[in-house]
Amino acid sequence: MSKTLRINGKTHQVDLPDDVPLLWVLRDEIGLTGTKFGCGVAACGACTVQVDGEAMRSCQLSLGDVEGEVTTIEGLGTPDNLAKIQAAWVEHQVAQCGYCQSGQIMQAASLLAENPAPSDADIDDAMQGNLCRCGTYPRIRAAIHSAAKMMQEA
Amino acid sequence: MASLKKIARRSFLVGSAAILGGVAFGTYKYHQPAPNPLEPGEGKAVLNPFVFVDQSGVTLIAPRAEMGQGVHSSWAALIAEELDVDPAQVTVIHGPAAKAYYNSAMMAEALPGRGYNASDFQHSLGQVVGNFSKFLDLQVTGGSSSMKDGFTRMRLAGASARETLKEAAAQRLGVARALLETRDGQVLAPGGVTLSYADLATEAATVDPQEAELRPAAQWKYIGKPVPRIDMLAKVTGTAGFGVDTRIDGMKFAAIKQNPHFGAGMRSFDASAAKDMAGVEEVIDLGDAVAVVGSNTWLAQQAVDAIEVDWEPTAQPETTDAIFAEIEAAFDDVPNSTMRDDGDVDSLPEGAELIEAEYRLPYLAHATMEPMNATALYTGDALQIWAPNQGPTIVQKSAAALTGLDAEAVTVNTTYLGGGFGRRIEVDYCNRAVQIAQQMKGTPVQLTWSREEDMQHDYYRPGAIGRYRAAVKDGKAVMVHGKIAAQSTTQEGAGRMLGLPMSGPDKGHVDAAFNQPLAIPNFRVEGYIAKPMIPVGFWRSVAASFNGFFSDSIVDEMAHKAGRDPLEFRLELARAEWEPAAKVLETVRDMSGWSGKTPEGIGRGVALVYSFGTPVAQVIEVADRDGDIAITKAWTAADLGLVVDPQNTEAQLFSGLAYGLSAACFGEITFDGGAVEQENFPDYDAMRMPSMPAVEVAVLQQQKHMGGAGEPGTPPAAPALANALFDLTGKRARELPLNKHFSFL
Repeated sequence: MSKTLRINGKTHQVDLPDDVPLLWVLRDEIGLTGTKFGCGVAACGACTVQVDGEAMRSCQLSLGDVEGEVTTIEGLGTPDNLAKIQAAWVEHQVAQCGYCQSGQIMQAASLLAENPAPSDADIDDAMQGNLCRCGTYPRIRAAIHSAAKMMQEA
Repeated sequence: MASLKKIARRSFLVGSAAILGGVAFGTYKYHQPAPNPLEPGEGKAVLNPFVFVDQSGVTLIAPRAEMGQGVHSSWAALIAEELDVDPAQVTVIHGPAAKAYYNSAMMAEALPGRGYNASDFQHSLGQVVGNFSKFLDLQVTGGSSSMKDGFTRMRLAGASARETLKEAAAQRLGVARALLETRDGQVLAPGGVTLSYADLATEAATVDPQEAELRPAAQWKYIGKPVPRIDMLAKVTGTAGFGVDTRIDGMKFAAIKQNPHFGAGMRSFDASAAKDMAGVEEVIDLGDAVAVVGSNTWLAQQAVDAIEVDWEPTAQPETTDAIFAEIEAAFDDVPNSTMRDDGDVDSLPEGAELIEAEYRLPYLAHATMEPMNATALYTGDALQIWAPNQGPTIVQKSAAALTGLDAEAVTVNTTYLGGGFGRRIEVDYCNRAVQIAQQMKGTPVQLTWSREEDMQHDYYRPGAIGRYRAAVKDGKAVMVHGKIAAQSTTQEGAGRMLGLPMSGPDKGHVDAAFNQPLAIPNFRVEGYIAKPMIPVGFWRSVAASFNGFFSDSIVDEMAHKAGRDPLEFRLELARAEWEPAAKVLETVRDMSGWSGKTPEGIGRGVALVYSFGTPVAQVIEVADRDGDIAITKAWTAADLGLVVDPQNTEAQLFSGLAYGLSAACFGEITFDGGAVEQENFPDYDAMRMPSMPAVEVAVLQQQKHMGGAGEPGTPPAAPALANALFDLTGKRARELPLNKHFSFL
């Protein structure tokens, strides 16, 4: 079926079966490859995007169920114009292999939108579904605190 | 010893681009440069296979895979140190498959000896032997070897490039090269004249490559200091190109189903249901597997899931128990190696107390975040491969053999790796993409494995059994006799990688068992090799991942039996054998405020493991939370000798600890019906943010030789945690994972 999607402020028309997960629409149809495939069962968080600001696992969100504005890592900021949270990630040199970081950043951005000054426990709670096999967790936590501070000062 | 001096002097003078591919030791063949694989376009100068200067500036051709360990940034810093450019201004790209990019440090690990007690001469000899890897085309990223491999070569490349650019400037300006200086990517001439490297690039290609002496440490600006990672901006904006992000015009997407029974074939399959499914373009018979090519990966995956396959059964033992029975049976054979045999372990010293223990560790999967994938385009007379891989020349050779093409007709493009951990030194996932592309002539195809396919078709860390007899007397360790049985990663994995049968005593198999820096008078370690059953491969820290657990656990048991403080007990043994090992223990003792006593409800454990040239000590603290265990704190100290980037090294040591804890707590691959039982992260989980302890890392730079960073942080994690749990509960874990016996928060 044909469906109109709003992604990062742009409109996209796709013609695909209803049950195709948003992840694969983004990656293989629209060419937004910043959102990553990790497990396909919502167990790792690599595919996290936002729908109307809320973090969602795009591997479990069928095309037919997408309602609202989708934001991916590409829509958050670009290398020339980083979002504050991305700048915080650079400041803390968070990424190692980097594969999970799009999902980590989208999850963290959603947390900060809800809770502008999260505690360590709030961060642990929000981020526990996002796996990182390199173990960048302490720098992720530090970057979230920094981003919260930057956003409050702005 | 005059000849040695001569070798040392010559090695120092290897600055000429003409011989940069090789270290100038030994025979003519060592001198002979490997062919320069880069063909510069007009207006560009290729100074050597590592540095590329054109109008846009300086590019480092990094032949080592960036898989998170920061090699691109650190190698850029090494080049920049001599070339006088800001490392942040250096563009880094993955190099092609080429002999010039052999790993000179990797083979050095295969030399006899314990490593920690090697002399300067042996370390130099290691570099000579390293040259053999050139003949074996070993362009690999692994063995915690990249800094050892690149430390001199990259600086020489930078220095030679600098001097050659200066020579070009000298010729243009008609002044002596000695009067020129370099700064910030420019040549500075007397009278305030400046010429940018980019401006000199074309002329530099026409002058003779120049040699230069390396700068002394006192002049270093970047080495030893944190350098911002070159890949960071791309990785926080979703613009870093991993293997799965490869996009080629006209590309199709594929999914695969392979026999869950290792090494067995496919009798038949029925794809009638799959053929009519949405997005399906081709069903491809791979002989021993089946693939679907379609318009997107998920649709292809749905279709491949709908194919019914009649698989051949395995010829190997089908269950975990049967597999471990075969590992046990290896003890009945003669030992493959006895790498340490000090004193007498056959008789118990008089008055000594005996400890006997058997340890069992499971098979483990790598579970990289980015599942196995590769993209290939076959045109009949050429093949292009895009893959996140740790060994481009191995990929190339294997693809050439599969297709019947010459290796020169196979181009390997290395992307960023979403984790490697040793999994991506294998070429199976590349071969599968090539096989599919062969049947899709002219169409680029990207094959992505499902997580389930990835988990069930790994080259696993072998399951292992350690049988130990040890003795203490008067509070001291007097005897250790360790017997280790497992499938051999060296024989199976390295044999597969090199295409050569591997035989003889297998040093890698007993790494971190025979070569622990502990002064124990009666000390024997024997390696036994179990028959090939499950595909096994290089898993972060390889055999040290199980041997480290065996050798440190037995020391902890000895300390307990002797009634001694476990840290002081280790310290005494290390101090008498090798000072750097004692120093890392003292460092974690001081960092953690180790007192040998813990309050009720808190347990602490310590471990010391030497591997990949680096001694690492860890202290881990656990707490009882209403019967559940929380891992609350960890301290780790490692002595790597000279460190190129301390911040990155710290990240590697932390990462090694996290990887080790994941395996220690949850990691286990089991078998039933000849197939792997685990499928995905829900049944093969890892440390997550809330379960990860707060960690303090100390990077020491005191030992004489450079040690590895990526792997040595992993082996001590499991024993340190198990020892902490023993301290807390009195229960000694002799098998992993620990969640079999403890409930973690």
